[in-house]
Amino acid sequence: MPKTLAEKVYDAHVVRSTEGEPDLLYIDLHLVHEVTSPQAFDGLRAAGRTVRRPDLTMTTEDHNVPTLDILKPIADPISRAQVDALRRNTAEFGLRTAPMGDRDQGIVHVIGPQLGLTQPGMTIVCGDSHTSTHGAFGALAFGIGTSEVEHVLATQTLPQYRAKQMSVTVDGELPPGVSAKDVILAVIAEIGTGGGQGHVIEYRGSAIRALSMEARMTICNMSIEAGAKAGLIAPDQTTFDYLAGRPHAPQGADWDAAVAYWSTLTTDEDAVFDREVVLDAASLAPFVTWGTNPGQGLPLSASVPDPAQIADEGDRRAAEQALAYMGLTAGTPLSEIAVDTVFVGSCTNGRIEDLRVVAEAVRGRKVADSTRLLVVPGSVQVKAQAEAEGLDRVFTDAGAEWRGAGCSMCLGMNPDQLKPGERSASTSNRNFQGRQGKGGRTHLVSPAVAAATALTGKLTAPAALEKTGV
Amino acid sequence: MDAFTTHTGTAVPLRRTNVDTDQIIPAEYLKRITRTGFEDGLFVAWRTNEPDFVLNLPQFAGASILVAGPDFGTGSSREHAVWALMDGGFRVVISSRFADIFRNNSTKAGLLTVLLPQEEVEALWKAIEEDPSLAVTVDLENNSVRYAATTVPFSIDAYTRWRLLEGLDDVGLTERHLGDIEAFEAARPSWLPRTLPAPAR
Ligand code: SF4
Repeated sequence: MPKTLAEKVYDAHVVRSTEGEPDLLYIDLHLVHEVTSPQAFDGLRAAGRTVRRPDLTMTTEDHNVPTLDILKPIADPISRAQVDALRRNTAEFGLRTAPMGDRDQGIVHVIGPQLGLTQPGMTIVCGDSHTSTHGAFGALAFGIGTSEVEHVLATQTLPQYRAKQMSVTVDGELPPGVSAKDVILAVIAEIGTGGGQGHVIEYRGSAIRALSMEARMTICNMSIEAGAKAGLIAPDQTTFDYLAGRPHAPQGADWDAAVAYWSTLTTDEDAVFDREVVLDAASLAPFVTWGTNPGQGLPLSASVPDPAQIADEGDRRAAEQALAYMGLTAGTPLSEIAVDTVFVGSCTNGRIEDLRVVAEAVRGRKVADSTRLLVVPGSVQVKAQAEAEGLDRVFTDAGAEWRGAGCSMCLGMNPDQLKPGERSASTSNRNFQGRQGKGGRTHLVSPAVAAATALTGKLTAPAALEKTGV
Repeated sequence: MDAFTTHTGTAVPLRRTNVDTDQIIPAEYLKRITRTGFEDGLFVAWRTNEPDFVLNLPQFAGASILVAGPDFGTGSSREHAVWALMDGGFRVVISSRFADIFRNNSTKAGLLTVLLPQEEVEALWKAIEEDPSLAVTVDLENNSVRYAATTVPFSIDAYTRWRLLEGLDDVGLTERHLGDIEAFEAARPSWLPRTLPAPAR
């Protein structure tokens, strides 16, 4: 029977399948961070269990990590306790870890690919919804809850049901200034935050094939914002080139065997998807969210929508609430919205290519007086690479703040937070109420839009920047 | 996990769509390393900033069934959202659509999530708004929600239902299949990555 890529990966990991019960799926890599794991380790201890495969487990510290003074103890005692709990647990259960200060430390979804631990055809889980990021390599990667973290620690498996299959095809060429982030924001606006529910999305088409690995990660990262269980992209030469030579990539004859297998990981010609969505790359434009869920987005050239024009009652009410929270008036051009803070970072857009885009745009220019630009590398390695390329100087010369690696202002668990009423343009993935700090207002944007916005102080498309010559 | 058979209680109408887990419990409450005590974070922004938020209304105090709009529990995978709802006294959430991870987490922790068609959710909203003291019964043995003279059937997959009815822990169930796991492991390609020992660089 013809199969989709996701079905091939799933089928290759079924340990046991019995009518009337979920399948038992083997997990090749379990990533762990400090927030969703302490109760899982407690559960193991309480039941007298051990970690079945420490050698398939990788842990790091990211969510609570301060991005200043990272070598000092964390000032917030509760954050510190959570990080300390992970350190105790990794020591007790014999797990590999990359604590603050370690050269492998960083956002869990940045370090997996960077170390070469993320490879095609694997099953990867983490107590974190953006685990879908790893799907960029053709892995079946999805977020799990703490009870499931405990289950994977104890058994290296998970009970699973087959997801439905969905394809998102983007053909054609992206216009200049339009990036992977705009593609995924447009996809989510199109299908809605529940549009992918119960499905694994495979991103296909010539526009996707043309993307770098990092751009593919940006797309897969936000699959969860479309409600999908996971998102993936078939591995190809771009994938193999990215992996070759990484610390955990296979070598020699193993490499050849791996590539031979990885090359089979494509959706069969006549495989059937339960749902298909098609987008024309040439029609896409820089995108920005105006509301409080990632589906509430529009091209930056549009205006704040009028809730009265929305037919569905639930959506209308949601839009009214969103505008009230965001402090926006229907009809205001999005490009006239002034922002206080621009955040560049997160597992969506905190990799080296993202930083290069921003550096190129702000090189020799100044961040607007009314705005602060916070640039936070996704990992210690990304930081080192950026510094080796001199990007840190470009940022600081432009008046930006250059920080240590972590989740930072993607969510309010560390000291980098918006103040109530403060407005951000953010390259992260969630514009939920209070996500970046209590009362904070978030507009999700691409790195290119973030950079242009930092220079003008208003939501700005990269092309508009060239015209005004700021 | 406590078994779930039948629950009767009062219900509260949450007429909002797309209630994400950051709203159910914001990140700052996730720093705890315990599994209980999350009730103070439950919907805290709305409880603080909106005096007429349903959970602030005295007529709905003590409700144990949350009747929510579509796309409940989107966003982060934090199981803390489920724990916060349970710590806040809820045993059941009813919605026409749940985010997958939230629904999955709820079944692990013993919170029953009931899928009803949106028009049934609307009817239930109306009924509980008219009479907040209305007793609502969620019966997992008979797969139905009952209130006043109304009975609405719901479906749930048989395995999850059995686990909830018996209050069974997944890890224990999986450990019965250790032999299958070992056989699978023996056949895995040797080139798959291992985190240990850490490679020398
Ligand atoms: S960067 Fe944001 S979305 Fe990514 S793992 Fe950290 S908190 Fe989650």
